[in-house]
Amino acid sequence: MTLIIDTQAAAPASHARNRGTRRAVIVLNMLGLCLVGLIALTLSCGQGCLPPAHVLAALTGADAGGADFVVNDLRLPRALMSLVVGLCFGLGGAAFQVMLRNPLASPDIIGISAGAGAAAVFAIVVLSLEGWAVSAVAVSAGLGIATLIWGLSSGRGAAGARLILVGIGVSAMLNSVTSYLLLDAPAWDRAEAMRWLTGSMNGAQLVQVWPVVAALAVFGGLLAVSARDLDLLRLGDDAARALGVRSDATRFRVTLAAVGLVAFATSAAGPVAFVAFLSGPIAARLTRGGRFILPAAGLIGAILVLAGDYAGQFMLPARLPVGVVTGAIGAPFLLLLIVKANRNGGTL
Amino acid sequence: MTMARRLRTKDLSAGYDSRVILKDISLEVPAGRITAIVGGNASGKSTLLRTLARILKPKGGSVLLDDNVIHDMPSNAVARIMGLLPQSPIAPEGITVADLVGRGRHPHHGLFSRWNAADDRAVTDALTATGIAGLAERDLDTLSGGQRQRAWIAMALAQQTDLLLLDEPTTFLDVAHQIDVLDLLVDMNLSRRTTVVMVLHDLNLAVRYADHLIAVAQGGIHCQGTPADVLTEATVKTVFGLDCRIVTDPVSGTSTMVPIGRHKSGSVGQEAQSRK
Ligand SMILES: Nc1ncnc2c1ncn2[C@@H]1O[C@H](COP(=O)(O)OP(=O)(O)O)[C@@H](O)[C@H]1O
Ligand SMILES: [Mg+2]
Repeated sequence: MTLIIDTQAAAPASHARNRGTRRAVIVLNMLGLCLVGLIALTLSCGQGCLPPAHVLAALTGADAGGADFVVNDLRLPRALMSLVVGLCFGLGGAAFQVMLRNPLASPDIIGISAGAGAAAVFAIVVLSLEGWAVSAVAVSAGLGIATLIWGLSSGRGAAGARLILVGIGVSAMLNSVTSYLLLDAPAWDRAEAMRWLTGSMNGAQLVQVWPVVAALAVFGGLLAVSARDLDLLRLGDDAARALGVRSDATRFRVTLAAVGLVAFATSAAGPVAFVAFLSGPIAARLTRGGRFILPAAGLIGAILVLAGDYAGQFMLPARLPVGVVTGAIGAPFLLLLIVKANRNGGTL
Repeated sequence: MTMARRLRTKDLSAGYDSRVILKDISLEVPAGRITAIVGGNASGKSTLLRTLARILKPKGGSVLLDDNVIHDMPSNAVARIMGLLPQSPIAPEGITVADLVGRGRHPHHGLFSRWNAADDRAVTDALTATGIAGLAERDLDTLSGGQRQRAWIAMALAQQTDLLLLDEPTTFLDVAHQIDVLDLLVDMNLSRRTTVVMVLHDLNLAVRYADHLIAVAQGGIHCQGTPADVLTEATVKTVFGLDCRIVTDPVSGTSTMVPIGRHKSGSVGQEAQSRK
């Protein structure tokens, strides 16, 4: 038997497909470069700039004079924390938005982040827990809140809109719980309280970074193996199921993965405002929909946190935590989306 | 070329939550032929099609595909045999035609398998068969209604299944595009022997294009058989609650239904009105 590949006939499909893929690959590479550049910047420059050779020497453990402490103890943990937390928020946020077909359905708007944050504060202030235990409480709370919101908003018709409204209500409630718990913790300074209210990278240490890295590996991996099915759910449940997707199992896996990512990140750095919410729509715009929204959203999340934290420390008149900066960027965008959604009902 | 598949139901009941919409359905879809499901609004046509397609779990009885209970089969295995174009699929923002049609290849892939030459061929064949190869790179939102419907059908064709189920594939299309889509389905049926099951709301087009007709009414199948057998004035009265005349369609030579209303229906219409 001879195998004849008719290249003429295969042209339109593969050509069109390759063009879309090429664009996405270019976008991902640009985002990656941007991210590397930002990390280099945050490692080299703070109040003053170190020459690249000193930074490299410090990172590789060679004698770097005074640079060792600044780079390895101050800037590196902060940069790594920003990187992994941003990846988690970007991935988790976009996963929710794609799954629920609505940019407003991101975990920081529908109360998942607020739940994880309130639980983390509760675990620290009331239960005196630390490290992994705090993350575990935060993840459980995140899953609990997700179940609660699903339950409260289930029923026929307009499920998306109801879910978001219920989520916003739950979110507001949980934020007041966090504020209340913080009032009750007089030993804390303002900076520490700010972490739990808007998210902050202040005082980040390497030991706090590793749990988030582990979460990224586990839940990010779960999300990666569910990505194709998630992409098909965008065609609607019936179409996805007709293509062999187990829609409920997929939604369960994606919810678990996204809540895990967001809750671990929140328990390490606080609910960094609007990063989860902003990353997906920006990624969708850059990759024009497509199959590459999730990785692009992860990279954008990391860029937002790194850039926001850097700007908050060194580029504004006052030193501000990263959440204040990203919040200031996110709020107008939220307004814009709500106005637009009223007009034509946004999708992702 | 496709394999002949046996799709039938045994005492099937279908519905949602606690509500049973259809009871005790027994039917067999003729292999290699075109079957049309007709019935009034909200009579349960989509419910029947979705249950046949393994999307809705039966409330009782079973759907059998080649003598296997379809709800016990793995979803991926079913998706390689049977495709479905739902009544209102969602077009993700910014998706291109080639991308959409490529989604139809999903059931032929495992978790780690990559896009291959067979996928390219299937997509190209589907685009060519539906006459939209030239639109492969266009965004779906920029197409006309007829072109968009062809793209969705192409996605189902790229799935390369022996059975193809379609829920109202001609809604929202003007009459020329309706004929166009139905002709396309007949082409598929003739060239690949694909078994087609479709819900159609236009009774006359169903009669003209289908080999087998299933009329759904009052929570069950009112009657089924060849279009000539099913299309009677009595059936139309029960299924649609409409008075009509059955005449011969001068173009196709099949029967066709001419509705009788209260107005504009000549003397028969006045008769109908005076009887009320
Ligand atoms: N997802 C659903 N949940 C609950 N009831 C539904 C659902 N979809 C349809 N129904 C109800 O089932 C009945 C039959 O609907 P359907 O099968 O869509 O009718 P048709 O396709 O013949 O117009 C209707 O009364 C409708 O309200
Ligand atoms: Mg219907």
